[in-house]
Amino acid sequence: MMKTSSRWSGIGFQTLAVLLALAFTTVVMLISGADPIQVYQNIISGALGSPTKIADILVAWTPLLLATAGLLLTFTAGLWNIGIEGQITLGAIFTTWALRLLQPTDLPPTLIMTIGFVAGALGGMIWAALVGLLKIYGNVNEIFGGLGLNFVATALTIWLIFGPWKRPGVGSMSGTEPFPLELWLPTLSGFRLSPLALAMGIIAIAIVYILLRGTYFGLRLKAVGRNGRAAFLMGIPTTRYMLMAFLLCGLMAGLAGATQVLAVYHRLIPSISSGYGFLGMMVAMLVNYQALWAAPVALFFAALNIGSIQLPIVLKLDSSLSGVLQGSLVLFVLLMDGVRRRLTRNQ
Amino acid sequence: MKSKRIWFVLSFVLLLTLLMSACQPAATPTQAPQPTQPPAEPQPTQPPAEPQPTQPPAEPEEFIFGMLLVGPYNDRGWSQAHYDAGLYVEEKVPGAKLIYIDKVNPADRPGTTPEQLAEDLLSKGAKLIIFNSDDMKDGAINFARAHPDVPVIHASGDTSWKEGVNYIEFPKFGNTMGRMEYGKMIAGCAAALTTKTGQIGYLGPLINDETRRLTASAYLGAKYCYEKYAGKNPADLKFKVTWIGFWFNIPGFTADPTQVADDFLNSGYDVVISGIDTTEALVQASKARAAGKEVWAIPYDYEGACAEAPEVCLGVPYFNWGPAYLRAVEQVKAGTFQSYFEWLGPDWTDINNHDTSAVGFVFGDALSADAKANVEKFIAELAGGLNLFVGPLNYQDGTPFLAEGEVATDLQVWYLPQLLEGMEGQSVPSE
Repeated sequence: MMKTSSRWSGIGFQTLAVLLALAFTTVVMLISGADPIQVYQNIISGALGSPTKIADILVAWTPLLLATAGLLLTFTAGLWNIGIEGQITLGAIFTTWALRLLQPTDLPPTLIMTIGFVAGALGGMIWAALVGLLKIYGNVNEIFGGLGLNFVATALTIWLIFGPWKRPGVGSMSGTEPFPLELWLPTLSGFRLSPLALAMGIIAIAIVYILLRGTYFGLRLKAVGRNGRAAFLMGIPTTRYMLMAFLLCGLMAGLAGATQVLAVYHRLIPSISSGYGFLGMMVAMLVNYQALWAAPVALFFAALNIGSIQLPIVLKLDSSLSGVLQGSLVLFVLLMDGVRRRLTRNQ
Repeated sequence: MKSKRIWFVLSFVLLLTLLMSACQPAATPTQAPQPTQPPAEPQPTQPPAEPQPTQPPAEPEEFIFGMLLVGPYNDRGWSQAHYDAGLYVEEKVPGAKLIYIDKVNPADRPGTTPEQLAEDLLSKGAKLIIFNSDDMKDGAINFARAHPDVPVIHASGDTSWKEGVNYIEFPKFGNTMGRMEYGKMIAGCAAALTTKTGQIGYLGPLINDETRRLTASAYLGAKYCYEKYAGKNPADLKFKVTWIGFWFNIPGFTADPTQVADDFLNSGYDVVISGIDTTEALVQASKARAAGKEVWAIPYDYEGACAEAPEVCLGVPYFNWGPAYLRAVEQVKAGTFQSYFEWLGPDWTDINNHDTSAVGFVFGDALSADAKANVEKFIAELAGGLNLFVGPLNYQDGTPFLAEGEVATDLQVWYLPQLLEGMEGQSVPSE
């Protein structure tokens, strides 16, 4: 469908967008008085400098993959599931809940953790279903519904940490009592990386790729996303498909939250979602909602997050510089896409 | 057609920007890093180069030590006191170099854990890792599990206290803490001798053993001075603590300390003692003073904290971590570093001696001369052995803590399970 010349121009514009994002970030560095070469060097060495760092990238990649995979489904259905942060949080809350309930029992730890994952998935799905139902039956735009539910999720976390789940004798937002070591998801020895969690992330994105690429479901979901009314007239139950997209996204977000509890923090903390939901939205937008590219780009974003930890140590720069690069990448890619469309239309 | 040209021009301009910025760093590689250096970078790594001017001074061997700071390094509070202690070590030990990551908390660095950040310090060559916050307790323990051979200090923790309730055996895990109970008693005394309404507010951080005992200390100091030096009935003294939920403000997660301080100042509490890492109590008191209210505040943690609003500052109890870290660094260098727990009192001959005293108190401009004289007397009494953790004392709920004449043990003070009778505010009892 796409002519070769326009594909080439597409790639050209994408490259330009990346260059512009780099240029913009460089300007930001120069303004803050840093040497950009040193900054980039430090990010690279901070991300790839040792096997531990590479493993840490994969630790960050896992929830990001899960979130991105889920978001690809909602985006395909034409939905802005901004409530994903809350869905991750609810997943973490449900996992913590399950673990707290089952911890005193004699059940084997493996079973408890499995139930923890199932509970997390359930938590994410419930929260996503709320957004979906509010949209379909309450006529509340999913952006507003999701945003509101994100706040509720945070408030719920804080309430649990300060209230019913507080550590004995402690009233602090730093988190609940850590779970005993046997309830930590097993990691590769010497690293923080849980192969199981990683596998889950990879399987999730693979499933989404297959769903969107080669199934009837994916095709219909696309139809709903492109033109809901036309899809409806063609006999696709659009509301059911939208709700399905929300539920699947919530499931994956919930698993991301469960991973954060079982494999990373081993307790519930206030910002348990770690912003992976929003970061996942950026990844999805950046790859133009193509599942194939989501995995490498998410990996790149995770690497930026880990690599930028070095910045304050060596250069006294804020780590959020990586966020500037991530954000500007998305902005410039979208901008260049708009430019390209405008130009081709005018021709 | 016209818009095409506009876009062409725009793209060209952007491309030009790109080229310009790409060229710039190569042109001035040496200049850029300079302004990023913190202002107080110490230079005295070389001792005054006199002895043998013919020989070039020997390069001192570099010794890197790392610090994780819970707040910003320049918070004028807890974290800055640690940062300055790092600079003190750099000054005292030739070749010592501090590297640090600040704002180490889940809100500022989502997706990271303290142990992970500690490994970043390790990978940059740190031979000793200092975790500076109670909040990093689990992180410090996880790190020590993974790296038992790396010397670790967890400031304010009790992991290596054999008699303590959280003891874990590690080969190289140090705990250090100042006996800030004294600093807080002095602060409470200054507050009690200044208040005109007889109401003292305490801006509390989160609730745990440490904050309960420090808040209780401030109350004991206040009660003692209110009776002894002000000659008033201690039962009339109102002492209320409001907790914000963390060591400093994290919008959306904690109560707003600015709001809490204002609430105190607007409801008759004319002195606010701060227990948090940052200076909101002082700042709000200063604003209230500018609006015509007669109010005061006592900040915390950092020796220079009063400078932000001297006109309302009664003084500041502060930590001096330098000597403790100096000892640790020297032990690591000598290869003798082993697990320890220390709870260091002030040097009573001079509580503000930077080389010997772990805690100190600096008087503020707003403390009246009369009150100051009495606070000095009180300090002398403490130096002479006055202990305020002596019975009869009851817990907040009225149950007995110490019987008549009973002296609290270190364990009883450290793990104070409740606030004391006469104090208003949440306890979150640990028993």
